[in-house]
Amino acid sequence: MHYKSTTSSLWHRQSFRQLILVVPALLALFLLFIYPISSILIKSLFSPDFTLKHYLYFFKTPLYSRVLWITFQISVLSTLSALIVGYPIAYVLRRAKPGIRNFFLLAITLSFMISLLVRNYSWIIVLQRSGVVNTVLTYLGLVDSPLKLLHNKFGVMVGMTHIFVPYIVFPIYSVMMGIDLNLEKAAQNLGATRWQTFWRVSFPLSLPGIGAGALLVFIMALGFFITPALLGGRKEQMISNLIQIQVVDLLNWPFASALSVILLLATLVVFAIYNRYLGVERLWGGLKT
Amino acid sequence: MSSRSRKRAARFDPLHIRWPLWIVSGSAILFLIAPVLLLIPMSLGSAEIIEFPPSKIGLDQYRKFFNHPAWQSAVLNSLQVSVMTAVFSTFLGLLASLGLVWGRFKGKGLINAFIISPMIVPLIVMALAFYISLAKFGLLGTKLGLVLAYTPLTLPFSVLPISATLRGFDRSLEHAARILGASRFQTFTKVTFPIIRPGVFTGAIFAFMIAFDEVVIALFICGSTAVTLPKKMWDVIRYEIEPMLPAISTLLLLLAALILVLVGLLQRRVARRMTVG
Repeated sequence: MHYKSTTSSLWHRQSFRQLILVVPALLALFLLFIYPISSILIKSLFSPDFTLKHYLYFFKTPLYSRVLWITFQISVLSTLSALIVGYPIAYVLRRAKPGIRNFFLLAITLSFMISLLVRNYSWIIVLQRSGVVNTVLTYLGLVDSPLKLLHNKFGVMVGMTHIFVPYIVFPIYSVMMGIDLNLEKAAQNLGATRWQTFWRVSFPLSLPGIGAGALLVFIMALGFFITPALLGGRKEQMISNLIQIQVVDLLNWPFASALSVILLLATLVVFAIYNRYLGVERLWGGLKT
Repeated sequence: MSSRSRKRAARFDPLHIRWPLWIVSGSAILFLIAPVLLLIPMSLGSAEIIEFPPSKIGLDQYRKFFNHPAWQSAVLNSLQVSVMTAVFSTFLGLLASLGLVWGRFKGKGLINAFIISPMIVPLIVMALAFYISLAKFGLLGTKLGLVLAYTPLTLPFSVLPISATLRGFDRSLEHAARILGASRFQTFTKVTFPIIRPGVFTGAIFAFMIAFDEVVIALFICGSTAVTLPKKMWDVIRYEIEPMLPAISTLLLLLAALILVLVGLLQRRVARRMTVG
């Protein structure tokens, strides 16, 4: 088919009509995503002349380097602990009979759907001084005085792990579903023990799922705000919490903007690694399950 | 190799799960679900303090919640903001999905990536970005400001289910309608949309849920004039002991369960329509 390139025939061209459909979303994103993000970039660099002082201040102050280190540390640890909790679930999901599999999937999906605040709040109820754990332990006479389980690193780790586990389980489970279990049988027939079969066959084959889940969770952890604020103490405040304090308590918008740009760049670097090795599509795949 | 281990290997069944693994995975599931379920009995306490186990049983906390003007207005604000967000984001998402799934133009992959990119930007960064840019237009502390902030945030989550549904749609149905004389608009409203509707609803529900539960951006934008439910809950969790909270949490738990059932039913309908179509 050939059309003259006048305005009226442009409308009749299919590819043009399809492109037009995307325009409202693109406009919305430019206005409501690109513009706000660039406004923090500008705020961090101009006051009113170009300056790098906010960034230099951040990297020169030992307190802030410590926050950066804690952010990194908590992100790595919570990713690892979510893997430790999530991997056995995915492994069992792959092998369990439909009844149990559905029960497990229901439990994970329900936990995934429940409000983040409620999930964190439930841990306050469980872990606080007069909470469920301490009540039970004291009742059983296992401890003399209540344990401090909240407003420290333990509390943050528990809360973040709890939130991240579903993000770990879904990608690993979907990779495992594609593994032919006959490979394990073959390994066993060739004389491998159960452990050898797991470490040499099943585990390596599930690595793409582990990588996808772990990087996704790590990206989320880097910018996590709610859990350190609610379950952490002063020593567990991450870069996101620092940003909030700078804005709300100190009204230091330019410095908060510089912090945000640093956090955004760190996130983008991890995402680039993710994209390089796993592809963006995995983000979609993980969510569709 | 000993004869014992050889025998064991011969009996090996990859689907067999041994008991230590049951204990590990069972505890993991318990870890996920038990603390939240614990809130249900806690919500039945009548005392002014939160205790475990509750000493008096009753529905007092629920009654208090439903009759409390500040909480009522927070719920109302949240509902308004989330419904508006879902409408905007589903409308934009539906159009974009139609263009992206069926379109053949250059840069499709790039546009796709652009639309899902708000997903990876940390919420606190979005919050500050909107705080600064909404302030310029006097939109801080307004519901419109919240809707504007939530639209890009929820867009990826409405685009995902809608485009998944579109990918399974058989376009020969549209050609049939066109050949039988339907206009392009009629074809969409009478043939295409009814078939993809469950996917569109799923997208709208996701957008609603995210907006209804969002707290980080709300902390920055709400002010004291457009307080949403999560913002109010945040203040209460952070600064006071509120015996109503387990009851509110239980209600949110029920909402999550309801939505889970709803999405499950919609997904089943998507599957059925695709096989019939």
